[in-house]
Amino acid sequence: MAHTIRVRAIANGDTVQVQSLIQHPMDSGFVKDSAGKLIPPHYIEVVTFAAGNKTVFTAFWGPAVSKDPYLKFSFKGAKKGDTLTISWVDNKGMHDSTTAPIM
Amino acid sequence: MIAEASQARIGRRTLMGGTGLAVAAGACMVLRVPQAAAADAAPMASAASWPIKAFAQKTQADALQALFGSVTLETSPKVALDVPEIAENGAVVPVSVDASALSGVQMIALLVPDNPFTLTAAYPIAAGTAPNISCRLKMAKTSNVIAVVQAGGKLYATTKQVKVTLGGCGG
Repeated sequence: MAHTIRVRAIANGDTVQVQSLIQHPMDSGFVKDSAGKLIPPHYIEVVTFAAGNKTVFTAFWGPAVSKDPYLKFSFKGAKKGDTLTISWVDNKGMHDSTTAPIM
Repeated sequence: MIAEASQARIGRRTLMGGTGLAVAAGACMVLRVPQAAAADAAPMASAASWPIKAFAQKTQADALQALFGSVTLETSPKVALDVPEIAENGAVVPVSVDASALSGVQMIALLVPDNPFTLTAAYPIAAGTAPNISCRLKMAKTSNVIAVVQAGGKLYATTKQVKVTLGGCGG
């Protein structure tokens, strides 16, 4: 599960605005496939954003977050050129992480 | 502590097949990183912190009790909730919450009482992070969306109805 995370972090003064898009099916467990069988739940549970060694944002998600989830937030305490680390883990134990420079 | 909890969690999911096990082992390794690595390593997402009980509740009161330990909501204009009045597609409902008018925000939670599980997402707000988030939710049918903001030990909320013309939870 590589390259599932797209992120853009832009510093504006002392605030960094982050927009991220993660590729993930986010199956709720209520949808049936073409054969009429329920697709088992498969969704991201935790997303963590860290600047340096400090967690700046955490998202707890359930199965009712949309497919390929989008997230936008902003934080203080980082500057242009710093590294943002994004990681997620889902209910099947799959995970991915990436780093992005703050622009 | 983190490693212990993650072990228990993966143990709960040993239903997975061969490939799943390999993935689980990978997850274990990742989850152990915060303990084993040097202090300057970036913290990684850990399923151990996920509020599993709160996400399993089917009513608003149960979800609030499990997440916050309290069910008393104070309707407040300081919680700005931006949702569409009508969502053509319940699979993608854009939701924004801005609680910048409140100080000391600890958590923002989004509840959809008419979904199979009430709690859809919860965002703990770290110091220095703006209590202003946007995301997209699935809605099974026309329902209220409740933004609950925990600040200074109290729960503030704003409720808005979203009319869904096409449900997003299948069925």
